[in-house]
Amino acid sequence: MSAFRRLVARDLRLALRQGGDAATVVAFFVLTVVLFPFGVGPEAALLARIAAGIVWVTALLAALLSLERIFQADYEDGSLEALALMPLPLEAQVLAKCLAHWLVTGLPLTLVAPLLALLLHLDAAGYPALLLGMALGTPTLSLIGAIGAALSLGARRGGVLLSLLVLPLYIPVLIFGVAAIEAAIGGFPARPHLLLLGALLAAALPLAPLAAAAALRQALE
Amino acid sequence: MHRFANPARFMRLSAALLPWCAVASALLIGIGLYLALFVAPPDYQQGEAVRIMFIHVPAAWMASFVYAVMALASAIALIWRHPLADIAAQSAAPLGAGFTLLCLVTGSLWGEPMWGTWWVWDARLTSVLVLFFLYLGYIALVNAFDEPVRGARAGAILALVGVVNLPIIKFSVDWWNTLHQPASVFRMGGPTIDASMLWPLLIMALGFTLLFVTLLMIRMRTALIAAKIRALRVAEIEF
Repeated sequence: MSAFRRLVARDLRLALRQGGDAATVVAFFVLTVVLFPFGVGPEAALLARIAAGIVWVTALLAALLSLERIFQADYEDGSLEALALMPLPLEAQVLAKCLAHWLVTGLPLTLVAPLLALLLHLDAAGYPALLLGMALGTPTLSLIGAIGAALSLGARRGGVLLSLLVLPLYIPVLIFGVAAIEAAIGGFPARPHLLLLGALLAAALPLAPLAAAAALRQALE
Repeated sequence: MHRFANPARFMRLSAALLPWCAVASALLIGIGLYLALFVAPPDYQQGEAVRIMFIHVPAAWMASFVYAVMALASAIALIWRHPLADIAAQSAAPLGAGFTLLCLVTGSLWGEPMWGTWWVWDARLTSVLVLFFLYLGYIALVNAFDEPVRGARAGAILALVGVVNLPIIKFSVDWWNTLHQPASVFRMGGPTIDASMLWPLLIMALGFTLLFVTLLMIRMRTALIAAKIRALRVAEIEF
């Protein structure tokens, strides 16, 4: 357990010292959301109608942007091979790296999302669903993303490839995340959609590290 | 299973099977098309447009079936390091993508007269579209590495991850209340479709399956021959 904790601490320290991973992702998130009022016009009613979708899609893209960093640096400088020799199973290491990735990207995104929703005039009834949905959905994004990041290690045009691999798998999270907010605004219970988001997380939590660890093993062969 | 890991044996076996499969698939698709276009009655609601079904539904079945074949071959390749399974999975992917595209295009053509729209964001349509992107992602990943072995391994893992989409496609019409109609052939309590339409449909489905087997064998044979040519070239350079 202490090895797990230390790995999380190491990744966090690296992310913070190497200069604002979290800040870049959040800046991207904010900037992209701010583009929408310029693109579709500042009309409050229209923005409120599409706010849930904008926030979720942009959060998805922001999470995607930072995925490469989960394994890429460790793969290039060889520390991934050293990590693979640790007694801690590779699956647990993947989980630790996903946790660190979520702490520097998913968590800030979740915290900033209500602020951006405010700018887009999201209906007040939608905020609990937005916050809860992001809290449940963003860890799933990190976990699924880790599979794509591990698979595309050492590939040509890794970044573009990564989005092609990961985005189709992100669609369920997007669907239920937005549906929860829409339900809450329409006066329906958001609970079923949030439960489905929780189910996605519960499925990804054990399965994604298995797949990502298998991908890492073949990358290190 | 390892009896068939020998490429030479596969080449002999496939050379013997190939003409039979090709002729049978051509015959079945020919008969199926004749029955579907001229013999089967027009639908009481949809009129002649229902005939699109005889292409659309087998293509949709094949889209999922080919992915299942690909995932199974990937699992065999990962677990037993079976050399032909890798080639089978890679050869199946473009075929599956083709069937999925055929399913999406015919569905769109059918949707326009029936639903009044080329496309709706309905659960079944969206999940099939995701399947199409999974095929494309797989093909891109397999070709993204300098060493073909790494591409094959990475692709195999991706194919297995993508399997989660198959049950979603199958049950999307039951889980969500959508515009796409629910299952009418493979369901509890027998098919609800009339025999005069069911028979051409099943013949077409069998014809499509044999077409897939034929094309898969041709593609696998081509891949094996290409590998042999590459090996010969490399041997030439070394001398």
